Amino acid sequence: MKATTNPAGSHRRDKKLQHVFAHIALVSLSVLFVIPLLWMVSTSLKPIGETLTNPPRWIPSHILFNNYPDAISYGSKELGYIPLLVYARNTIIITILAVGGAVLSNSIVAYSFARIKWPGRDLFFGVTLATMMIPFPVLMVPTFALFKWLGWVGTFKPLWVPAFFASAFSIFLLRQFYRTIPMELSEAAKIDGCSEFRIFTDIIAPLSRPALMVVALFTFMGSWNDFLGPLIYLVDQNTFTLSLGLQAYQSQHGGTPFNLLMAASCLVILPVVIVFFLAQKVFIQGIATSGLK
Amino acid sequence: MIRRDARVGVLFALPWIFGFLIFLAYPLIASLLTSFTSFSVLRPPTFIGLQNYNELFHDQVFYQSLTNTLLYVLGAVPLTAIVAIGLALLLNTKVKGMSIYRTLFFLPTLVPMVALGTLFLWVFNGDYGLFKQAFLKVGVTPPGWLTDPTWSKWTLILISMWGCGQAMVIYLAGLQDVPVSLYEAAELDGAKSWAKTMHVTLPMISPVILFNVVMSIIGSLQIFAVPYVMFPGGAPARSAYFYTSYLYDNAFQYQRMGYASAMGWVLFLITLALTLIALKLSEKHVHYESN
Repeated sequence: MKATTNPAGSHRRDKKLQHVFAHIALVSLSVLFVIPLLWMVSTSLKPIGETLTNPPRWIPSHILFNNYPDAISYGSKELGYIPLLVYARNTIIITILAVGGAVLSNSIVAYSFARIKWPGRDLFFGVTLATMMIPFPVLMVPTFALFKWLGWVGTFKPLWVPAFFASAFSIFLLRQFYRTIPMELSEAAKIDGCSEFRIFTDIIAPLSRPALMVVALFTFMGSWNDFLGPLIYLVDQNTFTLSLGLQAYQSQHGGTPFNLLMAASCLVILPVVIVFFLAQKVFIQGIATSGLK
Repeated sequence: MIRRDARVGVLFALPWIFGFLIFLAYPLIASLLTSFTSFSVLRPPTFIGLQNYNELFHDQVFYQSLTNTLLYVLGAVPLTAIVAIGLALLLNTKVKGMSIYRTLFFLPTLVPMVALGTLFLWVFNGDYGLFKQAFLKVGVTPPGWLTDPTWSKWTLILISMWGCGQAMVIYLAGLQDVPVSLYEAAELDGAKSWAKTMHVTLPMISPVILFNVVMSIIGSLQIFAVPYVMFPGGAPARSAYFYTSYLYDNAFQYQRMGYASAMGWVLFLITLALTLIALKLSEKHVHYESN
């Protein structure tokens, strides 16, 4: 053993220094990322006089929980209904239908791509992947004309019916998962006289619960947060979704009081954050696998 | 047996076969055909040849919205990629509290675009905004984030950084797949952290970087909701007026569906071109493990 340097010791110091540096960087960056959200929560609890002060006030002089019921009932006198609750109901209806449709259609279509052989399958799968490059704006006009012709403009249908026809991204995600389940399982079941449909419903689908959850979560987020779709297809204010309603609040004559606007924003975000915390592990794994392996 | 398999396979794929035909193939072809017409939904389309494209190439607003969009892509794509990779590398040093940090960085991506836009409208507010006050505290007069035409795009580029959580999670997964043996070999060769990052880590996750960058280009080219909320009409001086904003206005404000379709196809071709450029440029730098 040569005694010129002490690689192990310097290595350990290196590692320690690295960790200290990493922590400092992570703390400052996470502050940057979270400050706007904290400010939103703080503002949603302030009296209106404290929302625009110089310097900004982080802790309200008294916490106004009343901003929340006020935000919910804001504008209900003129409209004759409670807008935020109506928007919430609309969003929930659309989201449930979209999530149900996406899970049903994608699970069965991906099964076909992953576990049944048919001529042209792999070519069609390649085409399917390539369609992810098509930007939505190029499809916007004919799709709108189609729904207009069907008499669906102004209804929720354009926002959830397409979910029942699967989507390239979810098919891809599920196919990757299905392929990890051994084929022997299907073959054994076939010998026992199971039909392909029975194998799907009784064996593969129950085994794929985590992947199906991921598809459900992505569809939930996409549907809950969608803005362009509702903007194009919804006409009457009482059919608006939360995203669209929030924008209407924001741009209304002179604007909604800022503290109420932030309270409404908090309420819109809350369900997504709750779902995220409940399903965090599934969520992170799902996104991770979408990065192509 | 194989014939029956084929029948069942196609039967199972039927929802997507219809979905593909109705919601992708048909609109794609129809918008190409519509782009050669004058069409307002209320009246049937009339064929006008290449007139829409001809007009497009002489349309100042088109060029402005295109330039704005390309500048945005040029700023937002590298920024989000660098921040996302940086965060993932930091988290991958196995620091304590990794899952808490991960959650904190991911949280902003859950916020709906409209709520995000509304929030940032006040963060960047010229009189009382948080940023203004933070800048003044360190003795710098901040620019008019929302009112100065040279700054409005930068404001949006900066905001795009808050959405890098998803990419970060994908990078993090990629990093965890890099075999430890490679790092050990590099250490034996005397490589320090920086050298290991540059010569082992980044080449090993290069396919993931390529995937994320391509998805980010495609997404950024379609930016719509945040500027729609923050900069109504693309004000100031249309500096925040983007491609999809102009396409939307043509289709649904001016009822010029043919013109909007022509814009859609130009966007499609630009997306294809940029994707191919990204793939071509990356060819030498992306390292795929051979199986």
